[in-house]
Amino acid sequence: MSERVITYVEALNEALRQEMERNPNIIIMGEDVGRYGGIFGVTKGLLEKFGPERVRDTPISEAGFLGAGLGAALKGLHPVVEIMFVDFIGVCFDQLMNQVAFIRYMTGGQTKVPIVIRTEGGGGLRAAAQHSKCIEALFAHIPGLKLVLPSTPYDAKGLLITALRDENPVMFIEHKKLYGIKGSVPEKPYTIPFGKADIKREGSDVTVVAWSYMVQESLAAAEELAKQGISVEVVDPRTLVPLDEETILKSVRKTGRLVIVHEDYITCGFGAEIAAIVAEKAWDAIKAPIKRVATPMVPIPFSPVLEDEILPNKKKIIDAVTSIIKESKK
Amino acid sequence: MAVVPQKELLLKMYKAMYLIRTFDNTAGELFFQGKIPGFIHTYVGEEAVAVGVCANLKPQDVITSTHRGHGHYIAKSMFSRKSWEEVVNDLKALAAELYGKKTGCNKGKGGSMHAALFEVGMTGANGIVGAGIPHGAGAALAIKYKKEGVVAVSFFGDGASNQGTFHEALNLSSIWKLPVVFVCENNQYAISVPSSYSVAVRDISMRGAAYAMPSVTVDGMDVLAVYEAAKVAIERARKGEGPSLIEAKTYRYRGHFEGDPMHYRTKEELEWWKAKDPIPRLRTYLLTLGIATEKELKEIEEEVKKTVEEAFKYAEESPWPDPKEAYTDVFYE
Repeated sequence: MSERVITYVEALNEALRQEMERNPNIIIMGEDVGRYGGIFGVTKGLLEKFGPERVRDTPISEAGFLGAGLGAALKGLHPVVEIMFVDFIGVCFDQLMNQVAFIRYMTGGQTKVPIVIRTEGGGGLRAAAQHSKCIEALFAHIPGLKLVLPSTPYDAKGLLITALRDENPVMFIEHKKLYGIKGSVPEKPYTIPFGKADIKREGSDVTVVAWSYMVQESLAAAEELAKQGISVEVVDPRTLVPLDEETILKSVRKTGRLVIVHEDYITCGFGAEIAAIVAEKAWDAIKAPIKRVATPMVPIPFSPVLEDEILPNKKKIIDAVTSIIKESKK
Repeated sequence: MAVVPQKELLLKMYKAMYLIRTFDNTAGELFFQGKIPGFIHTYVGEEAVAVGVCANLKPQDVITSTHRGHGHYIAKSMFSRKSWEEVVNDLKALAAELYGKKTGCNKGKGGSMHAALFEVGMTGANGIVGAGIPHGAGAALAIKYKKEGVVAVSFFGDGASNQGTFHEALNLSSIWKLPVVFVCENNQYAISVPSSYSVAVRDISMRGAAYAMPSVTVDGMDVLAVYEAAKVAIERARKGEGPSLIEAKTYRYRGHFEGDPMHYRTKEELEWWKAKDPIPRLRTYLLTLGIATEKELKEIEEEVKKTVEEAFKYAEESPWPDPKEAYTDVFYE
């Protein structure tokens, strides 16, 4: 593997650039994606390289331009529609749920819907309740959408290229706090298959399933727990739809203990789904209660003191892991 | 100066309107006999709009539709297919879709409210009011980008013109100068709420001014008036001069859905609109000007009646889908 080290944001930008060179049907639409280069810089330089026909600044009208993205997909383009903050999905939810996700099925498979909806979520930037959420469970609940949440620069590039070669709607959710992190990323284009989890750290005592930014917090927690003699395995599903159940179940069968960590809300969060799958399919292997570390049911507050109180973090993960070790059956 | 189509096209327009009318009146009757599951919205009374517009379209042109989509489906098929046999097959597939049968155009997965025929550029009826409008803009964006030289038409109703998607799609299409025509079928009611109450302007075409596009209101009960307005707008789009808005004032004769008690409107009002009925109107025109004979028109009418009967017989006799079919087509594999 190449030892070149770049940031998550650069990895995403490179994936877009390389795929746009390869496929002339890829266009980008969204607010401030052109001259500004995307509010987080993901589309930087693409307007200059590919021109305004392919990189389109849109008016602030998410329902209009997501719907237009769908129309363009029905007529043979492969649009990448950027929703600046995942919180803004509310203004175009019908286009996402009833249109993008369902058109293929409702028409009996008459059409493909190749579209990538890029967005980002996550707290920690003191951006308050309308610019900080993680709400991936909402999308996992809609049949017809694939759901991708990369946690490293390497995964970001490979998964975005896969998304751009998929003929289905893909929700691609980035994270504010990941944009600046660095990692080794090959220069050449490469794909990472959907539905294939990555074991980010091997361990034998407890399985931690986490995705997006929570992988980073979980790895930091695992590092500290190792010093206490607790061996944590960190499993990153990378895509929630499709979900690699097999890797999760295999890990739980090995460790007998499961903690699920996500920044999305705890109630009906995807952690509940994973807990249910494990309870149904690996109940005989479980030695301790399944724990979830997730955001409690409050809108994300502004004040740093308040926000830090509610977001999942390394300390909360450590507490969950140590508590289930104590609660384990002999 | 009126643009008068040639005889062949005029007869085709007559046949298309008569076909939609007969199909939807029959569908309505069959619904009451319990043959059609769910609910259906018929296009009876509004035929001149779909036909007047689609008569200007080529097979590669794309349309988006509404929950009241049978007329759009039939008209786009009529003016796209090379032979009557193909239209008959499309009609059978539509009837079978209404029945939820395996042979339906959507394999029984969509029903009346989602009937689609991508082969002729009909991207599907849509159960969410106003949702299809930006799809037309997006299809036009793809057309423009790929320099395909075709156009997109978005059909929608008076109710949809109050949705954000209408305003957003018109604005996008105008700033990007897209080859799209927005056709508002103002049938006077959004279920029971009259447009005279719910729409802030007298004519919905007035809304086009806010998006700097040519806009016109036409008599939607006159197929030739619709044809002429659509011709101008579609040619403008084809030439790359940008979008237009057409408002066709029309009326639905049957309920919003089959079974609608319609207590929100009077018999007198219905009769007033029926006096303007587009089908006898074109019939009289054709006979008075000696363009067609009574015999020719009778033949068309008989053929249509026979075809509609056959289509629903086909639907009736078609098999149900395999229950396992429910699990396919969620994703493209």
